Amino acid sequence: MSALTFTMKQRLDQRVDMSPLICNKLEGLEPAEIAAIELQNGKSKIRVDSLFRIKGSDAQNIVIDGSFSKLDFIGKQLDGGSITIYGDVGAYLGQEMKAGSIKVNGNTGIYAACEMKNGYLEIKGNAGDFLAAALPGNKQGMKGGTVLVKGNVGERAGDHMRRGTLLIEGDTGDYCGSRMVAGTIAVMGQTGRYLGYAMRRGTLLLWNQPQLSATFNDCGSHTLAFLPILFASFRTLNSKFAKESAAFNRVQRYGGDMSETGKAEILVKI
Amino acid sequence: MIINGVTIDETFAEAFGMKATRAIITAQNEKWAMISAQAMTGFATSVIACGCEAGIEKVLDPSETPDGRPGVSILIFAMGGKGLAKQLETRAGQCVLTSPTSALFAGIDEGVQIPLGKNLRYFGDGFQIAKKIAGKRYWRVPVMDGEFLTEETTGRVEAVGGGNFLVLAKSQPQALAACEAAIEEMRKMPNVIMPFPGGVVRSGSKVGSKYPALGASTNDAFCPTLKGMTKTELPADCESVMEIVIDGLTKEDIDKAMRVGIQAVCDLGAENGIQRISAGNYGGKLGPFHFHLREIMA
Repeated sequence: MSALTFTMKQRLDQRVDMSPLICNKLEGLEPAEIAAIELQNGKSKIRVDSLFRIKGSDAQNIVIDGSFSKLDFIGKQLDGGSITIYGDVGAYLGQEMKAGSIKVNGNTGIYAACEMKNGYLEIKGNAGDFLAAALPGNKQGMKGGTVLVKGNVGERAGDHMRRGTLLIEGDTGDYCGSRMVAGTIAVMGQTGRYLGYAMRRGTLLLWNQPQLSATFNDCGSHTLAFLPILFASFRTLNSKFAKESAAFNRVQRYGGDMSETGKAEILVKI
Repeated sequence: MIINGVTIDETFAEAFGMKATRAIITAQNEKWAMISAQAMTGFATSVIACGCEAGIEKVLDPSETPDGRPGVSILIFAMGGKGLAKQLETRAGQCVLTSPTSALFAGIDEGVQIPLGKNLRYFGDGFQIAKKIAGKRYWRVPVMDGEFLTEETTGRVEAVGGGNFLVLAKSQPQALAACEAAIEEMRKMPNVIMPFPGGVVRSGSKVGSKYPALGASTNDAFCPTLKGMTKTELPADCESVMEIVIDGLTKEDIDKAMRVGIQAVCDLGAENGIQRISAGNYGGKLGPFHFHLREIMA
């Protein structure tokens, strides 16, 4: 069985809600039924076959080809299977996904992996603001799983993050790890201002010395036993994080945010 | 059956179902991993009074441990799940948490999950940090030498305890030398421990006693100094009997360990004063696992 492939026919002016096109919802549907699904497009609806050429039948392996930045909610509540996207995607990629994997060969808009519960999400390009964050008004962002971004990310990455691992090969915008409750964010590149703003618990693991707020206190340099185990868990990834040369266990530890509960840590490679 | 002049008795060892778990202790070097493991498995020779039976299974190469440091794997056996969990937790708390540079990991993933560091984390007084890595939950507890890293739980499995054999020899030094040779070979086997001091017990017991308060007492039938005073099992020229008790994760593990152990004893043979191999049982009515010596050595 070949992958169920949606190839873009036309680029619409209005945004498209792609949430109906996930593996668990398409499993067992006939091609005609998939073609007849209506997607929200701005104020109107559009049939899937008006927007995409459809090929293949393996609903556990979905490919979206020719994607662009107005396709929102791709992989929302995905519960198994895989979605591979060629091109950019819009907002809310992988929102609340529970299992499975999403791979984007392009850039993403805001709120990618927001409130993600489990699974694996990989972004080859850049990610917008509020990566792995909580939706406005909600108190918990990403709750589990792994997100890998090979490019840079916008502001507020990991805002309200509760659990899981966020791996960023590039740079981050301001407020990375803001209001974080727990979990791990690793950043190989540079971080912006207000790093870990109001962070309660959790770990920011950095390759470069950040610009720290006054509310993070130096706890000294340490060799931490959990780091080799953490790095070993990255070995299967297609990433710089998987390289043995990327691993380290010696860090400078900063505790904070002392304006909050102050139980979080920023670990900087030394 | 006679092997190298040593008679293998037509008898069997009788063993019981137990609950068991494995833990892996790592440290800065093998010396400190071993110190911690020895402390954790100390005073754990018999469930009769120790609460559990525990021992060191093997020394682990850094490539075999979760954190890439030298380590030691230990096995703990108890009669019930609750007792096992209690022993594991108190021993981990007093003997591993306290030991310099140590870290503690699960050695069995499957089975019922029982607390390893799950409750030890409270020692961190709120400064402890949880990390879920590759589906496993770890606790980082701040301590004076740095951080104590422990996995949250380990797996509890059904196991077998009380496999045994007796070595009858012409003299005490010869009985001990034979048992030492057996233990050296048996320690190479996976999934088993020999919980008594040095792996050898010289005070094998029988069920019951003339004193009502005691549930077990000396196995007078195998005591050489009582040969003329009781219904003895010993030949006239036997001067010493020693026993090796084996706990294992499965009956097959104990089978294999008994085989290599008895073989090592028989290799010394009659010329080194070894007379017979026997085993302890309760008539086959108490324990569901029977280890027939002649079947094992066939």
